[in-house]
Amino acid sequence: MSLELILFIIFAIISAVSAVLMITRVNPIISALFLILNFASLAGLYLLLNAQFIAVAQVIVYAGAIMVLFLFVIMLLKPEHEKKLLAVNKNVKIFAYIVAALVFLQLAYMIFFAKPSVSMNAQVAASIHAGTIEAIGFELYSNYILPFEAAGFLLLAATIGALVLAKKKFE
Amino acid sequence: MTIPIEYYLILSAFMFVVGIAGVLTRRNAIIVFMSVELMLNSANLTFITFSSYLGDSVGQLFVFFVMTVAAAEAAVGLAIIIALFRNKLTVNIDEINILKW
Repeated sequence: MSLELILFIIFAIISAVSAVLMITRVNPIISALFLILNFASLAGLYLLLNAQFIAVAQVIVYAGAIMVLFLFVIMLLKPEHEKKLLAVNKNVKIFAYIVAALVFLQLAYMIFFAKPSVSMNAQVAASIHAGTIEAIGFELYSNYILPFEAAGFLLLAATIGALVLAKKKFE
Repeated sequence: MTIPIEYYLILSAFMFVVGIAGVLTRRNAIIVFMSVELMLNSANLTFITFSSYLGDSVGQLFVFFVMTVAAAEAAVGLAIIIALFRNKLTVNIDEINILKW
């Protein structure tokens, strides 16, 4: 067993288990912490896939900035009766699990039916170059400059929108 | 990269399905929101997997854009949840039904 496979199994088990724990925990703070663990193990998987820049951005942007925002909001709002929130209609729950199982079966069928590992061979040398910040930055500032500017404008609009929404006074 | 690409894709599919189950079963608006983030991340994993196995950096570029949109969505969505909590004093999505006719 190669080191790569061992690391993949470790990170995959951590991310899968923490995802399941995230949606089953009662306390939202614990859910948020499991989601952070999931994001961190995903960053490890990105490193295994030679995507260094995205792995670092994942830790800084997702596990750092976005989850701090979530934790702030969870702690800002008054904790409700979580038991009442958990009292979901039984039929809704069964329906949800049936939908989830059907989607998973469909995705798994497509993945194994298409046999991507047979029809495409891994470009190891090219992928080491593709993950560097140099290659991503070159693409970003040459071919994808318009989406890049649009993303900047979107962030500005989101900042103003969040300020306007959260500023409103109590009545 | 000796691991078959299917392993990554199945892991990504599993995380997406867990996100779907979270959105459909939980009633706390913040946890529903976190499940959506989980689904976005599973899509990111698929993007990076194909980008890496094809040796093309454009897939990683799109993950960068997805992260931008997710950050904007988190900021605006949490502001909406705070505004809703101020008006109705709840984050239960069953009780937030003022848009329902």
